[in-house]
Amino acid sequence: MLELTGVHVGYGRTSVVHGVDIAVADGGVTAIMGHNGAGKTTLLRAAVGLLPVRSGRVTLFGEDVSRLRPHQRVRRGLAYVPQGQQSFGQLTARENLQLVADGAGSAGAARMDDALDLFPALRDLLGRRAGLLSGGQRQQLAIARALLTGPRVLILDEPTEGIQPSVVQEIEDAIGTLTRTGGLSVLLVEQHVGFALAAAGQYYVLESGRVTRSGAGGADQEADVRAAMAL
Amino acid sequence: MDALVSQLFAGLSLGSVLLLAALGLALTFGQMGVINMAHGEFMMAGAYTAFVVQKVIADAGVSLLVSLVIGFLVGGLLGLILEITLISRMYTRPLDTLLVTFGVALVLQQLARDVFGAPNVDVRAPAWLSGAVPILGVGIPRTRLFILALAIVCVVALALLLKLSPLGRRIRATVQNRDLAETSGISTRATDRLTFFIGSGVAGVAGVALTLLGSVGPTVGTNYIVDAFLVVVVGGIGQLKGAVIAAFGLGLLSAGFEYSTTASLAKVLLFVVIVAFLQVRPQGLVSVRTRSLA
Repeated sequence: MLELTGVHVGYGRTSVVHGVDIAVADGGVTAIMGHNGAGKTTLLRAAVGLLPVRSGRVTLFGEDVSRLRPHQRVRRGLAYVPQGQQSFGQLTARENLQLVADGAGSAGAARMDDALDLFPALRDLLGRRAGLLSGGQRQQLAIARALLTGPRVLILDEPTEGIQPSVVQEIEDAIGTLTRTGGLSVLLVEQHVGFALAAAGQYYVLESGRVTRSGAGGADQEADVRAAMAL
Repeated sequence: MDALVSQLFAGLSLGSVLLLAALGLALTFGQMGVINMAHGEFMMAGAYTAFVVQKVIADAGVSLLVSLVIGFLVGGLLGLILEITLISRMYTRPLDTLLVTFGVALVLQQLARDVFGAPNVDVRAPAWLSGAVPILGVGIPRTRLFILALAIVCVVALALLLKLSPLGRRIRATVQNRDLAETSGISTRATDRLTFFIGSGVAGVAGVALTLLGSVGPTVGTNYIVDAFLVVVVGGIGQLKGAVIAAFGLGLLSAGFEYSTTASLAKVLLFVVIVAFLQVRPQGLVSVRTRSLA
């Protein structure tokens, strides 16, 4: 599975993540929580290869992938949905999906159907340019696009941030479905502590680039975690 | 009436040459943001390719068609070598790219002088392109019509490639968001190289077309490089449609100005119009409407 061991990451002379150890559980949700600026997104970008790891290791199913480029990690089963409902805005929703399905060979069409079954609202929007979709629709498109790579580990960076409540529920349901029936492991960064803990089998709290608390997830942990995070 | 038709066609003809010169740039500069000052020398390489091919294949018609294919490959390979050796190290340094590719342009020009000599060389046009076709009472040279048709074929082919092919989707995705493309499983480096190969290859094709208009010398591409950049900027960065409109628009304007003034004054007037236009619409003719920045 995905493991980050003694990972240090930074930008220029600034060090942001200081020796973090995180292991994503097999077939469940692992949540990372923390305030803005705690280093959550920086850690995820290092996990997928968008930022270099200064020291430490990123391993995926036992293989050290620390030096691999992002697309090589994707081919080994790691998918990433970045923060901010990112899509290829000038491509249509269909092209956003087809782009990834092209690389999946014969499995592409079936995966496209599965992804659209998960977010049926996208079926009517396939011809629309992604940049013209709402935030919630773009986020569903982003998750569907990540699923088309055929991942075994899915990293979601604040998937419900800035999205209307009805769509948040659909996304939360989709994450539940994927982990229960798809055998997918999910690394979830989420500000919404209640949802993250309810979904997670394991959680980590990140503060100033260090893990300050970790443990087994569950809704009953919410009060303790909120107190620890001073929410 | 004859004069009007004649000038109209002169404009379209100039526009088609500009379009051929600018099409490759619409990919390498418009899509990838690389200021490649050696683009004109890739055209020159295409032109000399036509010269060499005609030495091997005596039939001017066959050699022209073969040259179009080989010219594409020669231009493309030169672009690929330039991308791998130099440009790939400078994607975040546009000013360095400009200077380095300018240096490469000078090297290629000197190389052409060393190999083919300083005097210009001629490429024979095939018999079926000699003479003129009467259109609305005006004789239009067949070579000009051929270049117009070639420009249209290249535009359509490039548009279809970008719009419908998997490679086209990868190119557009990489241009829009490199990080997102990488994390969607796309090798952005491989895509950059292919894009540069195709863009430079089209420059090679443009070079072959130039041999139908005049003799070939080491600086044959340099004459078009500024105008080609203007076409891409006026058309709107990253927009093929804009480049097509801009090429024919600038061609017609230029022909119109030349008809009513002199060649030098026409150039000055054209620049004045472009500067004024970019003051009003700095994003160019065609810009993309999105709800988000993504």
